[in-house]
Amino acid sequence: MISLRGLTKNYGSFTAVDAIDLEVPKGELFGFLGPNGAGKTTSLRMIAGILRPTSGEITVAGVDLLQDPIGAKQRLGFIPDRPFIYEKLTGSEFLRFVAGLYEQDGPEVEHRARELLALFDLEDWRDELVESYSHGMRQKLIISSAFVHRPEVIVVDEPMVGLDPKAAKILKDLFREYTRRGNTIMMSTHTLEVAEAMCDRVAIIAHGTIRACGTMADLRRSAEAGTEGLEQIFLRLTGENAARELVEVLNA
Amino acid sequence: MPEAEARRPDPSISLILRPKWLTARARAMANERGRGARFFLLSLIGALFWVFIYTLLYKLLVYFRGVPDLGPFLAGKLLGMILIGFFSILLLSNVITSLSSFFLARDLDLLVGAPVDWLKLYGAKLLETGVNSSWMVVLLAVPMFAAFGSAYHGGWLFPLLVIGVFVPFLVVPAVIGSALTLILVNVFPARRTRDILSVIAVLAAGGIVLLFRIVRPERLARPEGFRSLVEFVTVLRTPTSPFLPSDWVQRAVLSWLQERPSLLPVYLLWTTAAAAFVLGALLHWKLYPIGFSKAQESGERWARGGGFGRLGHTLFSPLGILRRELVLKELRLFFRDTTQWSQLILLTVLVIVYVFNIKYLPLKGEGVTFFLVNVIPFLNLVLAGFVLASVAARFIFPSVSLEGRTLWLLRSSPMPVRQLLWAKFWVGTTPLLILALGIVFVTDWLLQVSDFMFAVSVMTIAMMTIALCGMALGFGTLFPQFETENAAQIPTSFGGLMFMIASVGLIAGVVVLEARPVYGYLSARLYGTQTSPGEMLFGFGAAAVLCVAATIVPIQVAKRRLEAVER
Repeated sequence: MISLRGLTKNYGSFTAVDAIDLEVPKGELFGFLGPNGAGKTTSLRMIAGILRPTSGEITVAGVDLLQDPIGAKQRLGFIPDRPFIYEKLTGSEFLRFVAGLYEQDGPEVEHRARELLALFDLEDWRDELVESYSHGMRQKLIISSAFVHRPEVIVVDEPMVGLDPKAAKILKDLFREYTRRGNTIMMSTHTLEVAEAMCDRVAIIAHGTIRACGTMADLRRSAEAGTEGLEQIFLRLTGENAARELVEVLNA
Repeated sequence: MPEAEARRPDPSISLILRPKWLTARARAMANERGRGARFFLLSLIGALFWVFIYTLLYKLLVYFRGVPDLGPFLAGKLLGMILIGFFSILLLSNVITSLSSFFLARDLDLLVGAPVDWLKLYGAKLLETGVNSSWMVVLLAVPMFAAFGSAYHGGWLFPLLVIGVFVPFLVVPAVIGSALTLILVNVFPARRTRDILSVIAVLAAGGIVLLFRIVRPERLARPEGFRSLVEFVTVLRTPTSPFLPSDWVQRAVLSWLQERPSLLPVYLLWTTAAAAFVLGALLHWKLYPIGFSKAQESGERWARGGGFGRLGHTLFSPLGILRRELVLKELRLFFRDTTQWSQLILLTVLVIVYVFNIKYLPLKGEGVTFFLVNVIPFLNLVLAGFVLASVAARFIFPSVSLEGRTLWLLRSSPMPVRQLLWAKFWVGTTPLLILALGIVFVTDWLLQVSDFMFAVSVMTIAMMTIALCGMALGFGTLFPQFETENAAQIPTSFGGLMFMIASVGLIAGVVVLEARPVYGYLSARLYGTQTSPGEMLFGFGAAAVLCVAATIVPIQVAKRRLEAVER
């Protein structure tokens, strides 16, 4: 469903994403893990068609994103990590606007928008301006907007940021149900427990390259980690030793 | 914890303001493409502006010096009027700026949460407010005082005197403005206050312009209009108000220039500034914690215009789903943002003043020829063009920049960029076109121009408006200000300046191309000569081609630029 071939992004002399190859099949919930600045957001924004790759290919639902961006984007929904939306629109106006961007309207869209708002407890806020929403409410509205046009693929950057436990649980259930119906989700997260519990497969990215990719069992094998959890595998594969230095820092 | 008590942190004002300074420095030193050319152009325009103001005032003051008896009064009146204008602008500007710097700025969470002494915070924020509100007035004041100093031989100490009186003159409105905002925020929530202030500010500015025009100050230039010389001199001698700091600055400067230096106004300025600071600080100490807390309240909850939504939905349905939603979104965002639509009040005032000017043009009676009556509406196009260019700079130029934070949504959707530009273009152009045609219809009717000139002016203004809107959108996309939250600041950027320069070029180009056929027509009517169809075709045709190119090329460039934007 998502296919990346030699995906590279340079900012001047700095390489943010370095020749990534990846296949995410239909119906899979794929996790993208990595430390800050590893290249996760850049990769996801390239897949969403916001950033243009320096080189490489991106295929979404069989459509080449660079050759036919409109066709690829029609099949895709994107949830960014920062909930910037039009402050002077109401929640329901925003969802209607997003559906309009995908040339969808009518009673079906209205019904879907109402259902999504109700799912995330935003029903009472549907006619209120977004500027009065809290950070978490805005995040929930953006998540709803990614589903309102029924995409086949959803790309999510840090989905749990700002969500309360109830909304986080709803989102997990929604993602599971959505992939069970044959759709695909690619998400980045810092919450290793979320990745471990939710994702069918995980890729660990550091310094713009994929260090390991596969199921939890695959990752344990490649990291020779025995029965270690994802956190230990993550630290081992990304070479991060900051956590181990924590006590030293606190003592300093 | 005596040890902790002994090492109580006490950040200084300079530390609080350091991030502002570092940000400004980083922005100035940023290695952007064309920075040198930009700096050069801005410096050149600034220098030309200074030279223009200086020369104008210097010549006027030298003329005043030559007028026996009345000269000093005229110079004093001029200085007084300028200073009271400065004071009003400073007061208004400080009220608006302080709302942002004291209550809405992004650094406030950090500063209010940190162990910063309240007086230091007040001092730092007052300084920030004062600098942001006053720099433009200071830049205007430099050539003005230089002209006074050189015309009246103020000597080398004159600049020191000016600094000595102008600094407290800047402090007083900064303190009063901040205090007014502080009181307002304690009464209304900050975001509501911003709305109220923007409407008050625009109404005040509009009122001043309207009042100034209705008074018809040009009559003051003709003393014969007064009943007696005594009455005229009395008007000139009357101080604006003996209790205003502007009057003290005027008295201090004039007494120095007339070689009868008086220190009383200088004392008054400094003591008032000091007293104002102390009172302002006390007010801040008492009211700021409550006001800041209220400022954290969220914005307006309920949206206005549910009925409009349904009407718009029906009205714009023929455009198709995507275009309808884009147009509705543009309209909703515009009309729900008070800071945006309140500018319409100012616009209305400008239009009234404009029509008023045309109405009072002495174009009737003896000596007024058919030629004059028909040339005026043609030249009127230049003025109307400038008005439209500034309106386009205010409303259309910032429209792409304002999408900055939401570009992720538009870029990740399957919407072609040209649709977004289409919606922005027509939402901006339609009202502007109605305005432009309205102005021309009314002014042509007032002037009772010939049918030919009526057709020329209507066609020209329509083409020019469309071209100016295309250019505003194009330049706004080429020079975006994606990080700016305040739409009012966007037209004053370098890109806004480039747009205005290009607009002047377009207006001049159109008028020059059409001048020859218009002249040919008027000559034919006056002297019975033949009009040349070739000349007509070339002149009007070339003007039309210029306008079409000025519409299409910038939008095409904008489309490519927007497609390449990565955010």
